[in-house]
Amino acid sequence: MAAITERVAIAHSEARSYHGIWAWLATVDHKKIGIMYIYAALFFMAFGGAEALLVRIQLWQPNNHFVSAETFNQLFTMHGVTMIFLVAMPILIGYINAIVPLQIGARDVAFPRMNALSLWLFVLGGIFLYTSWFMGGAPDAGWFNYVPLSGAHFSPGAGVDFYDIGLQITGIGTLMTAINFLVTILNMRAPGMRLLRMPMFTWSALITMLLILFAFPPITVNLILQMMDRLFHATFFNIPLGGNALLWQNLFWIFGHPEVYIMILPAFGIVSEIIPTFSRKPLFGYESMALALSVIAFLSFMVWTHHMFADGLGPIVNSIFAITSMLIAVPTGIKIFNWLATIWGGQIRFTTANLYALSFIPLFVIGGISGVMLAMAPADLQYNDSYFVVAHFHYVLFGGTLMGALAGLYYWFPKIWGRLLNEKLGRLNFWLVFIGFNVTFFPMHILGLEGMPRRISTYAPGYGWTTPNQIATVGAFILLAGMLILLYNLIRTFAKKPDLVQDPWDGRSLEWSIPSPTPEYNFAQLPLVEDRDAYWVAKREGNGELPKAEPVGPIHMPSPSLSPFFLALTVVIAGYAALLHVDWLALVALLAVFWQIGLQLVHEDHGYHVHPDVPAGGAAE
Amino acid sequence: MRRHRRPGFKASLPLIVTLAALLLGGCGLGKQSTLSPAGPVAQAQLGMLYESLAIMSVIFIVVLAVFVYSLIRFRARKTDTELPKQVHGSTALEIVWTIIPIIIIVALSISTVHYAFALETPQTGKGTVQVQVIGHQFWWEFRYPGTGVVTANQVHIPVGKKVNFSLQSADVVHSFWVPRLGGKTDLIPGRTNTLWLEASKPGVYYGQCAQLCGAGHAYMKFTVLAQSPAAYKAWLQHMQHDTVSVTTPEETAGLALFKQDCSTCHTIQGTPFHGNVGPNLTALATRPTIAAGTLPNTAQGLATWLKDPAAAKPGAKMPDLGLSQTQIQSLVAFLQTLK
Repeated sequence: MAAITERVAIAHSEARSYHGIWAWLATVDHKKIGIMYIYAALFFMAFGGAEALLVRIQLWQPNNHFVSAETFNQLFTMHGVTMIFLVAMPILIGYINAIVPLQIGARDVAFPRMNALSLWLFVLGGIFLYTSWFMGGAPDAGWFNYVPLSGAHFSPGAGVDFYDIGLQITGIGTLMTAINFLVTILNMRAPGMRLLRMPMFTWSALITMLLILFAFPPITVNLILQMMDRLFHATFFNIPLGGNALLWQNLFWIFGHPEVYIMILPAFGIVSEIIPTFSRKPLFGYESMALALSVIAFLSFMVWTHHMFADGLGPIVNSIFAITSMLIAVPTGIKIFNWLATIWGGQIRFTTANLYALSFIPLFVIGGISGVMLAMAPADLQYNDSYFVVAHFHYVLFGGTLMGALAGLYYWFPKIWGRLLNEKLGRLNFWLVFIGFNVTFFPMHILGLEGMPRRISTYAPGYGWTTPNQIATVGAFILLAGMLILLYNLIRTFAKKPDLVQDPWDGRSLEWSIPSPTPEYNFAQLPLVEDRDAYWVAKREGNGELPKAEPVGPIHMPSPSLSPFFLALTVVIAGYAALLHVDWLALVALLAVFWQIGLQLVHEDHGYHVHPDVPAGGAAE
Repeated sequence: MRRHRRPGFKASLPLIVTLAALLLGGCGLGKQSTLSPAGPVAQAQLGMLYESLAIMSVIFIVVLAVFVYSLIRFRARKTDTELPKQVHGSTALEIVWTIIPIIIIVALSISTVHYAFALETPQTGKGTVQVQVIGHQFWWEFRYPGTGVVTANQVHIPVGKKVNFSLQSADVVHSFWVPRLGGKTDLIPGRTNTLWLEASKPGVYYGQCAQLCGAGHAYMKFTVLAQSPAAYKAWLQHMQHDTVSVTTPEETAGLALFKQDCSTCHTIQGTPFHGNVGPNLTALATRPTIAAGTLPNTAQGLATWLKDPAAAKPGAKMPDLGLSQTQIQSLVAFLQTLK
C-alpha cells in the first residue's frame, strides 16, 4: 500500500492530538465511533440479557415469588427497551459506522463531529436510562408504554420520566445518524460507485436511514407530549380531561413498526454480504434485493395498526391493515429465495460468520410464518398480546437481527480490530446460541396458543404452562452459556497479537481491499469503481489492485474534538434536572446546549492534512 | 388428480398441532387453550390458524428442503479448483417467487376479510344477550343492562346464544380474553368496544386480562359460566331479588362491620350498601374465587384476603383495614351468607 504514515498538522489550534481515554472521547473517526457503538451495545446487552434471565427464573414455576410483580414489570420493560434501543439499533449502527464508509470508498462520514455527538447521546442516554434502577425504579409500563397506565396518575414514580427523556436523548442521536449516513451514502461514494454498484449492506443502511428519518419523529412527538403531561400537567393523554388513549398507540406504532425494519434491514444487509462471500458466488438477484428493501421500507409505514387489531377499530380498518401486513411477505420472500439461490450451486464454507448468516434463513422464515399468521386480523385476536407474539418477535429480532449481528461480528471482526476470532470457539458459541435460542423461544408459540398472556408476572398451576415455561428457562441458560463463550472468545482474541490480515475471507467489497485495521484515512488513494463486487473482480481479473481515482497526495482529515461529548453530557444533565424538577438547572443546561450548538455553527474547523511519506528516507514514524 | 390428499393432510393437522401441544405442554390442552374451542368464534379462529399454518408449513418445508439440500450438496470441497458458476440472477425465477406469495396472500386475505366482518360486527339477532364489561385495576365488573344485575369476576351467559359484550375501562387499558370462546378485545378508557362470543356447551371457561395494566396484571382473571338458558334466567332473577339474612351473632357482627368498614366501596343487592368503588358483592358466596381469581372463595381464602389484600394480590387497591382476627372471622361469616 502507499506509505502515508506521517501526519503533518497544519497551523491551526484544532489539530491538537489527544491521548489515552481522551483520544476516544474526542475522536471523530467513523471507525473508532463504530467500535464504541459495538462495545456499548455489547455492554448493554449484558444488562438486557440479565433482565431476561431474571424474567425466565421468575416464570420457572407457578406462583413463583423470585421477584415481586412490580419488579417483574420493570424487568421486562427494561429488557425490551434495552434490547431495542440500546443493543439492536446501536450494534447495527456500529457496523454501519465501521463499514459503510469503507464499502463506498469514503474517508469518513459527511459530518464526523455530528457522528460523535450521535454516539455520545446514545451512550450517555443509555446510562441515563439505567440509572433509573437506582433512582426510584425503572420504567414499568412495557416498552410500548401505553397510556394511561404510563401517565402520572397510574405511574407516579420517575420510571416513565426516565423512559420519556432517555429515549428522546438517544433518539436525537439516532436521527442525526440517519441524516449523516443519508448524506454520506448519497454524496460521498467513490468515483464510479453508482447506487446499483453499492454492496447490499450499504443499500440496507441507506434504506434503514430513510426509515429512521421518517419513523423517529412520531415517537419523538409522543415522548414530548407525554413529558409535557408528566412534568407540566398537560392533558394530551389524560382521559378524563379529554386526552386520547389511541393517540399514543397510533403515534407509537407509526414509529414502532418501521422500527422493526430499522432493526432487521441491516441484518438483511449483513447476511447478503456474508452468504455470497462464503458461497463464492455473487448475490443472486441484486436488483430485486435492493428493490425488496425499498418496498419493505415503504410498506412498513402502512401496517402499524396490526399492533392494534384488538383495539376494536372495526372490520374495515382491520381488513385493510391485515392485507398490507401480509403484503410484506412478498418482498421478504424474494429475499429468502434469493439467498437460497445464492447458496445453490456455490462452494459453501461453514465459517462461524456463515453459520450465523445461514441460520438466519430458517429462523427468519419461522418468524415470517408466524408473522403472516398474526397478520390475519380475526385470528390475531387470539394471538395478540399472548406468548405467541413473544415467540414471533423473538424469532425475527433474535433469530433475525441478533443472529445477523453476530454473523457480522465474526465476519468484520478482522477488519475492525485487525485480528480473527477463534473459529473453534466460534462454532461452539454458534451452536449453543442456536440451540439455546430455539429451546427458549419455540415453546412460547405453544404457550401463546395455550392461552398464556404476555407480561404476566406469574401463573397458577393447571393451565398446562409449567412445562413449556421450564423448557424456555432451560433454553435461556443454554443461551447464556453460548454468550459467555462469545465473551471468552472476545477476551482471548484481544489478548493475542493482531493478525493484521487484510482479506481473510476472500471478500468482495472495498473494505477488504485496504489494511486491517484500517488507517485513519481509509484509502491512501480513492479507488475507481467499475463493477459491483469491485474488489472481487479486481482479484479475479487483475492483481487485486483497484484502479485509483486520484494521485497520491495530502489527505484532508477532520480534527478531533471533545465538544460532541460535552454537548451530549450537557443534554443529559438537562434531562436529570428536568426529571428531578430542578427547573433552574434544566433551563441553564438547555441554554448551555444551545450555546454549544451556536459555537459549533460559527466555529470553523480547517481539519488537518495527512501527507505522503517523503520517499527518500523522510521522517516517517 | 390427487385431490384426496389435501383434505387428508388438512384433517390431520389438528392432530399434529394437538400432538405437538401435548408433547410440549406435558399435560394436554390447558383449561385456557385456544386449541380447544368451545364456541363458534374460537372455532373460526382455530380454523384460520390451521389454514394459515398448513399453507405456511408447505412453504417452510420447501425452503428447508432446498436449504438443507444446498448445504450438503454445495458445501466447499478440497477438490474444488475452479470457481462455481457465477450466476447473477434469473428474471423468470424471481417472477415465480414473487407471484406465488401473492397468490397465497390473496387466498389468506379471503378468509381474513370474511371473518373480520363476521367476527367483529356486533350481533343483532333475536335472543342476543347484552353484557356490559367494565375493566378495573385489577378486577372485572359485569352489568346486565335493563335488569340492574351487577356482578364481578364471574360472568354468567346462556349456552347457544350470541352474547355482545360492550367493553369499557374505568382506568387503564385492559383486554378481555376467554381463549376457549374467542379472541380478545381491548377495553380502552374513553371508548366503548364490542365483542361477541358464544358458548356451545355449558361449562366454566377461563379468561384473564391480556393487556399490561399494572402490578396486578397477572391477577386479573375471571370465569365465564355458560349455563342452560333456563338456569341463566333463574340466576338473573335470583340476582335481582337477592336479600341478605343473617342468623348467628357472628354473622350479625359481620354485617355491622361491613356497614362500617366496607359499604362505602361495595354494593350488596337487598341492602342499603351501594358503594361503587370495589366489586359488587351480591351473591358473593356463589362465586368460585375471590380477588379476580387470585384466591379460592373459602373461609380461609376470604380471611387471607381481608388480612392484607395487597399481600395476597400485588397492586390490589383495597386497603388493609387493620382488622383483628375476630373481626375477620365475623366478616368472613357474613360474606359466606351472601348466596
